[in-house]
Amino acid sequence: MLGFLKQPVVVTAEINMNLVALTVMGLVNRLWALSYPRAVVFDEVYYGQFVSLYMKRIFFVDDSGPPFGHMLLAFGGYLGGFDGNFLWNRIGAEYSMNVPVWSLRLLPALTGALCVPLAYQILVELHFSHCAAFGAALLILFENSLITQSRLMLLESVLIFFILLAILSYLKFYNLQKCSPFTAGWWFWLLLTGVACSCAVGVKYMGLFTYMLLLAIAGGHSWHLIGDQTLSNVSVLCHLLARGLALVVVPVAMYLSFFYVHLTVLYRSGPHDQIMTSAFQASLEGGLARITQGQPLEVAYGSQITLRNVLGKPVPCWLHSHKNTYPIRYENGRGSSHQQQVTCYPFKDVNNWWIVKDPGMQQLVVSNPPRPVRHGHIVQLVHGITTRYLNTHDVAAPLSPHSQEISCYIDYNISMPAQNLWRVEIVNRESDTDVWKTILSEVRFVHVNTSAVLKLSGASLPEWGYRQLEIIGEKLSKGHHQSMLWNVEEHRYGKSQEQKEREVELHSPTQADISKNLSFMARFTELQWKILTLKNEDTEHKYSSSPLDWITMDTNIAYWFHPISGAQIHLIGNILTWASANVATLVYVCLFLWYLLRRRRKICDIPEDAWRLWVSAGGLCVGGWAVNYLPFFMMEKTLFLYHYLPALTFQILLIPVVLQHLTDHLCRYPGYSTGCPAVLISGDKSSEMMGFLVPAPALILGTLHYVPSVITLPCLAEENYSVNACTGLGKVNCSPV
Amino acid sequence: MDLYRENVFSVLFIPFLMIPNIRWDETHFGKMGSYYINRTFFFDVHPPLGKMLIGLAGYLSGYNGTFPFQKPGDRYGHHNYIGMRGFCAFLGSCLVPFAYLIVLELSKSLSAALLAASILIFDTGCITLSQYILLDPILMFFLMGAVLSMVKYNSCAVRPFSAPWWFWLSLTGVNLAGAIGVKFVGLFVVLLVGLNTVYDLWELLGDLSLSLVTLGKHLLARVFCLILLPLVLYTAQFAVHFAVLNKSGPGDGFFSSAFQSRLIGNNLHNVSVPEHLAYGSVITMKNLRMAGGYLHSHWHLYPEGVGARQQQVTAYLHKDLNNLWVIKKHDSNTDHLDPSCSVEFVRHGDVIRLEHKETSRNLHSHQHEAPMTRKHFQVTGYGINGTGDANDFWRIEVVGRKSGKRIKVLRSQIRLTHLATGCILGSSGKTLPKWGWEQVEVTCTPYVKETPNALWNVEDHINPKLPNISLDVLKPSFPEILLESHMVMIRGNSGLKPKENEVTSKPWHWPINYQGLRFSGVNETDYRVYLLGNPVVWWLNLVTIGLYLLMATCTIVAIKRGAQLTVEFKELSEVLLHSGGKIMLGWLLHYLPFFMMGRVLYFHHYFPAMLFSSMLTGITWDTLLKFCAGCLSCSMGKRVYTYGMLALMLLIVYSFYLFHPLSYGMVGPMASDPNSPMAGLRWLESWEF
Repeated sequence: MLGFLKQPVVVTAEINMNLVALTVMGLVNRLWALSYPRAVVFDEVYYGQFVSLYMKRIFFVDDSGPPFGHMLLAFGGYLGGFDGNFLWNRIGAEYSMNVPVWSLRLLPALTGALCVPLAYQILVELHFSHCAAFGAALLILFENSLITQSRLMLLESVLIFFILLAILSYLKFYNLQKCSPFTAGWWFWLLLTGVACSCAVGVKYMGLFTYMLLLAIAGGHSWHLIGDQTLSNVSVLCHLLARGLALVVVPVAMYLSFFYVHLTVLYRSGPHDQIMTSAFQASLEGGLARITQGQPLEVAYGSQITLRNVLGKPVPCWLHSHKNTYPIRYENGRGSSHQQQVTCYPFKDVNNWWIVKDPGMQQLVVSNPPRPVRHGHIVQLVHGITTRYLNTHDVAAPLSPHSQEISCYIDYNISMPAQNLWRVEIVNRESDTDVWKTILSEVRFVHVNTSAVLKLSGASLPEWGYRQLEIIGEKLSKGHHQSMLWNVEEHRYGKSQEQKEREVELHSPTQADISKNLSFMARFTELQWKILTLKNEDTEHKYSSSPLDWITMDTNIAYWFHPISGAQIHLIGNILTWASANVATLVYVCLFLWYLLRRRRKICDIPEDAWRLWVSAGGLCVGGWAVNYLPFFMMEKTLFLYHYLPALTFQILLIPVVLQHLTDHLCRYPGYSTGCPAVLISGDKSSEMMGFLVPAPALILGTLHYVPSVITLPCLAEENYSVNACTGLGKVNCSPV
Repeated sequence: MDLYRENVFSVLFIPFLMIPNIRWDETHFGKMGSYYINRTFFFDVHPPLGKMLIGLAGYLSGYNGTFPFQKPGDRYGHHNYIGMRGFCAFLGSCLVPFAYLIVLELSKSLSAALLAASILIFDTGCITLSQYILLDPILMFFLMGAVLSMVKYNSCAVRPFSAPWWFWLSLTGVNLAGAIGVKFVGLFVVLLVGLNTVYDLWELLGDLSLSLVTLGKHLLARVFCLILLPLVLYTAQFAVHFAVLNKSGPGDGFFSSAFQSRLIGNNLHNVSVPEHLAYGSVITMKNLRMAGGYLHSHWHLYPEGVGARQQQVTAYLHKDLNNLWVIKKHDSNTDHLDPSCSVEFVRHGDVIRLEHKETSRNLHSHQHEAPMTRKHFQVTGYGINGTGDANDFWRIEVVGRKSGKRIKVLRSQIRLTHLATGCILGSSGKTLPKWGWEQVEVTCTPYVKETPNALWNVEDHINPKLPNISLDVLKPSFPEILLESHMVMIRGNSGLKPKENEVTSKPWHWPINYQGLRFSGVNETDYRVYLLGNPVVWWLNLVTIGLYLLMATCTIVAIKRGAQLTVEFKELSEVLLHSGGKIMLGWLLHYLPFFMMGRVLYFHHYFPAMLFSSMLTGITWDTLLKFCAGCLSCSMGKRVYTYGMLALMLLIVYSFYLFHPLSYGMVGPMASDPNSPMAGLRWLESWEF
């Protein structure tokens, strides 16, 4: 019973000193004097404002990417006790005492440092020697551009970290796949792949490229799995489902969760409110919510409303009118109706108020009980201040002559009758009897006489229209465009003096908290859509560069300059690394094509195992470089050198791969084994057993193109070793040249 | 026999072309046909072959090129337009036999071929599109021709280097040249043929029975027929284009000064001007970027809120008196043309002042942001009668010259540096909004980079005191013209950007037939033609793509899992995966790239892809029905197959009967009116008929 006591309790710890040393070096190299300079450096000015907004819980929209990266930076600020009070307005400004510079920069620096051991591990998992792995890690460690980028409050190093983590965990998973599927470790690495991918995408949309690459690689591997006829149909299905779950479902869920946190944390209204729809704004604390709180939900005859255009482009604006009339003749000689102008005005104003009137009744107040306006009802819109009716007629609009002019009708008594009936069409209705709701309903106004639709043309009127935006009646409504949709933003029931007491009573039953009506998914879709479609004006920058400049490093970026001492920080790469990475890529591509063509003619220059290694390593490194680099040629936004860094990381990983391949397979002499010093270096035999196989006949003959190669056997069991070794030898049946 | 019937069918439609009004883009392409007949130079974003063929058809049928083609709806009157329309319609009707032959070759099944062909016959969209003087029928003709000859030479693969093999291979090349020669969209079919050839060569490479020499022959034959031959033909089209159009016309301004000197009637043709710039010279300056405009100014001011309220300075593509500027010394206002004054040449590094001739304002810049490119400085016209301030001074420099050298007309590349701020005069290439008459923005860029945007050359030069020299030496060589016209076309294409708030057609609209294109007629009394695919056909195509993907996936997985197939099914799966795969690839190549294009897109861009999708429908349904038939007993199976095919055909014909007024024209009330012949057929609210 107590037999286990007879054995001593032994804890065997294996520590790969290489890894430890690399990590320590990385940390020292990235963290040393982190808070120097105590000034805003380059894009810190951009990310910093979002960190401040996070600290103050104020909502913002950033079109540069999803919120996870900003959130991580803000987390650093939170740990350092940052209160968000700093004006991020200019590069080079000194940080005030309340800004915890060290902790703000800590996270990017840490992730940058961890990239070094990750690079080491990736090469090991690719079955390259520890020597090669060490080389790759050193190259990453001493790459100037990566160091510069990770020592500042910027997101590239975080992105690179998650990309490398995703690659590493997929490789670990794939290597486990051969011997022990569905074990805890297998699940762990598989899920970690998905999580790391979603984090990479969450930091910057660039991460999507690597995610796609991994999906493609995983797809290729799954395809082999399907072809494996030793597996039953059920187990193939299980394998596929597990991958689908971990590589698609988990990342999507994670991505949504970033937005969930983002929207939960940022609950106050702020500078970017205007971009969002009224419903979204109303869900934020302060801002529009303060105004709309307690306003009646259903629009009734007699309601006083402001109408906001749903499109929000070029600027968000409200339907507006004022005393001035259209000029009798425009500059180009065309005539107008000379009636009161109707425009779209981008500011809140008393002239934005309109009253919904029943054409059959005279009164402008809400009756009791209020008669709600429903889809398809015909209404008149009365301008609150001037009490004129919204009207359109067969007169060309001032700037868009193909459309009708919209005006507020003035009776000049010249055989031009008022045409002021509008049909309310609720576009997002659920049934045809839906009531017109404040904020929530998107409404189209169709003119009854001419079936023109009230639309924002996007052009701004000249001087006489005070540069407000033009409103037109579109006769040929080409489909549904948001510029034709309007929603009620502010709303109150019209009341005269004696009705005042009834008002209080009227308000209470229809009160609705709109923020509760807007689900997370609705808010997410809107925010995501805005992030993707919001276009900042194309800016030219002093240090912007084209992708072609990057490979040759023809460009650099001055990050910071001290006005007195003249100290500077520049983003510039290590020219040696850069050049050798380019050479390695070139060599790889040429050799790959050469092998490929020769293999097609059934000539094997290298053994099957070495070929597979060569393809998988190249697919990852060259593929990673290509997917992270080539898409930039098609992008129209302003590009900087730092966009190249993820691609560069992959390219650096390729250098030792190519070097080892060259020494193993090309720079060799018959009968003499150049081998790899990896065998000497690798100290952890039990975790990764290394075999050194020299088929004697081949060496003696010296003509066979089979050369000594290092085969790394990730499996521990002794019998696995022999089996694999046999298959390794068994592959020698390539025909000699 | 069947093929013959198809042809007759399609020719039957030609009588419907006799509608005597211009429709839609006929204004463009008809006009360009006239230009060829009149030999006037013009500029278009598409390569010249399509318009040349239209012009040729018009010429042969006796059209004299005098009809103005001003706006849609104009009547042709006595002009002879039938030739041009008939030509397009003939090419359009060739698509049907082409599709028939392609599908027959790929699937070896008569009914699949018939199904594909009848889809094209009875699709209202294809009919509408091929009735008018447009480039699309010509493009689709070459495109289908290329696919057909590719398929044919693939099936000749058993007897390589035989006469038919060479014939089809070189015909592929000819058709490819035709396809890109009509529109750049033809590049997608080049890609399709290219991928097919690479796959072909890869298979040959793996065939160890072939010697390396034979492989080399295969490779060379393909390089010759599919790369060199199309290139030669494509270049030849341009040679003809430039040889025919030798008179000055509306397209001159898009091209560089040297290019214009080729054109008869252009003011640079055979012209002699003073060679060196002198003070007092009246000049025009042209931006060196491709399709860069002339430095221009006019009385209108920048609107309020856009920099300082001073006179606008823009780049303008057309020739105009407002493009003239006078070179003056920065510090004196003397009239250098006064006979008493001696001639003084402008030299590299001089500080000058440029006075706008019409308005007498100086070229001026200051540290206000430019209207579009916010990081640049605004350029304005400033001062009264030549009296301005220190912000009017510019240093004139010639690229690659030493100081003190004179400045040559046309040949010197000039840079103007603003003295006060150090910025460089350039054209950003962005179009100004309405207040700037949609001319191109001119800015002063503080970023000193060597780009043609910031370089100018002097084009016109008037100075009565200097002797004139002839400029014939400047005439560019053919490769230069070819390159330049391509750059201009590419720029023109990318310049077709949708405007803000403009409702444009999106690629995802197309396969679902979401919205058509109005060809002519708006009101109830008009004769209306509306380009819209036959919805039944298009939705059938759409469903078939999903069906195909499903079937292909199932088959391929079954084969990979080692399922044992009978010989019959093996053949079916071969057709499904290989032939269907080729067509599917064609559809993808002709559809997906549109998602990445930034330019304005129209519904008719989908039609090449639609051709592939129709052929896929033929192949897929045939395979599916054969598969079903194979699973059932013999007689039962045969019946299922026949009835299935018949049902599909009837469906297509009946839907055509319903929708045929779309292409042959509708008169009377709109479809929303219950009295209209189209009542009840407006199945989607987005259709406008």
